[in-house]
Amino acid sequence: MRIASFGIFILLVFGCGLTALAQDDPIDMVESEIVLPAPASKVIALNHKYDIGEILDVSWESSTSDPELVFGYIIYRSEGDNKFDSVGAVLSKINSFSDEELIPGKSYNYQIGTIGASGVALSEPSEPAIPDWELFNLEMWNIALIGFIICGAVIAYIFSAKAGRKLFIRKIGGLEALEEAVGRATEMGRPILFIPGIQDMDDVQTLAAITILGKVARVVADYDSKIMMPVSRSLVMTSARETIKEAYLSAGRPDAYSDDMAYYVTDEQFGYVAAVNGLMVREKPATCLYLGAFFAESLILSETGNSIGAIQIAGTARPGQLPFFVAACDYTLIGEELFAASAYLSGDPKQLGSLKGQDLGKVVAMVAIVLGTLAATLASAWDIEIMQKFLDNVMLGIFSNH
Amino acid sequence: MRREIPIAITFIVGVVFAVSYFIPREPFSEFESQFGDWFGIIAAFAIWLGAMNLMKISIVKIGRKSPDYFYSILIIVSFLMIVFFGFFEGYKGIYADPQFSYRDAGTGFNWIYEYIYSSLSATMFALLAFFVASASYRAFRARNLEATLLLISAFFVMFGRVPIGDMLTGWLPDGYTMSGWANWIMSVPNTAGQRAIMIGIALGLVSTSLRIILGLERSYLGGE
Repeated sequence: MRIASFGIFILLVFGCGLTALAQDDPIDMVESEIVLPAPASKVIALNHKYDIGEILDVSWESSTSDPELVFGYIIYRSEGDNKFDSVGAVLSKINSFSDEELIPGKSYNYQIGTIGASGVALSEPSEPAIPDWELFNLEMWNIALIGFIICGAVIAYIFSAKAGRKLFIRKIGGLEALEEAVGRATEMGRPILFIPGIQDMDDVQTLAAITILGKVARVVADYDSKIMMPVSRSLVMTSARETIKEAYLSAGRPDAYSDDMAYYVTDEQFGYVAAVNGLMVREKPATCLYLGAFFAESLILSETGNSIGAIQIAGTARPGQLPFFVAACDYTLIGEELFAASAYLSGDPKQLGSLKGQDLGKVVAMVAIVLGTLAATLASAWDIEIMQKFLDNVMLGIFSNH
Repeated sequence: MRREIPIAITFIVGVVFAVSYFIPREPFSEFESQFGDWFGIIAAFAIWLGAMNLMKISIVKIGRKSPDYFYSILIIVSFLMIVFFGFFEGYKGIYADPQFSYRDAGTGFNWIYEYIYSSLSATMFALLAFFVASASYRAFRARNLEATLLLISAFFVMFGRVPIGDMLTGWLPDGYTMSGWANWIMSVPNTAGQRAIMIGIALGLVSTSLRIILGLERSYLGGE
């Protein structure tokens, strides 16, 4: 309301200033005193779609007067009692306004005041409009559709795998090497370093890293090796401890577990990197695993690991850090492979089914890319109109973000 | 019950979050920020757990005179010093006239942050420049076809980003100079590769989220 009043004030000051300037010329003075600008017309108030029922969208046709003599519009609102109060103001080039913070279900009318040099010309009031809310945001139907297809495929494959159907999953080099890497550390009598990224438990990459930790810790427990896990978040530390403890329990070696295996260092990015680098140089782990969300520290950590001759396996879903890991590590899990790792290592048919389900999503993406490329090429190279319509209406309708 | 209750909570919250994305009405529209606040509160409490654990480990190392226990002494001294300055100056600032915050310029806390922590942090970050050089050297060695392609692309991109690249190839038609090639590599093959990875990541996220919501993936709870 304050902003609206300020806007009206500015427009009126501006209008009065021009009026004063115009008064230097006696002919203009006569005209400006007598002639009001033509009022705005066709004022329409409509319910704002897909909000929580507190917004009405008001639009109108601009005044037909000389645009230079129209300074702006004032929006007046009535709550059905024909008593109009100003609720906002816009410049003369704008002919719409969203009235917010209304009461859902209440009826409102609007009137537009056209500000001219000699005063404000009022339009006819609009028909009453009622702000209302919708249960679903139907503007996002495309996201829902694609979500249903992909989630449906994942669930269908999970059930299919549960029913005993054999599924082929390609080998992932980095994960195949995991057991060998732990074995190497055991043979060398050196520890294994596990870094779960520097994000907290609300990041799905950290969750993926913790799920892989469970499998790694189990192999470490079986081989009677040693795992070191400095972390940069307290919640990750507690989750990691639970996961390692459970792995040692399931390996039948609860006595070998120690809380010191996973410990907190600091939340500060480069403080954490300094601590981990120091640990690497002092302890010289035989195997370094970097799985999770990484930022600038990815290369500092992996190059230090490289310098001490450790076998390194990395995985992240941050495309910007992948080249660094690829350059410095022996194996890199690229994006989706990090998320697939837990299912892959578990060998559980139900989890493997979910990996097959996401392949259907890839098919959808590939078909869309091929169709879109074909349509765009035909539309631009041969000016085929139907292809342009296909691009505008179908492809953008389904795949654009509203 | 130790497993069932967290799985039930995960299922309910996961489904509600997914559905609330399509419901433009309170309380659904507020879930994301509210749950974010809850997480922040839990994480704030948990930080003490982490800090106390760090102290415990450091004290044990000093007690056992483990190798390099000098660093543990440094950790404890630094920790206590920053906590002291934070609380002491925070307390002093409340009763001062005019009031000030422990983070304001001129306070001991701010001095430690500006002249010790920031410098150490910048030093660690600066190491990246040297590591980029050593990693590039290894990555760009033309050992096989892929590495050779990477080397050639890197050559064009690096020369296309500095004035000498265009100076040497300025006689070529527009778009075919070194910067033109660099731009093409970055905007066509590089973007295509990045998008392919992004699509895979998005699908992997959906699949992982479903496994967690449906309770198939429960390793994060501390088990198989």
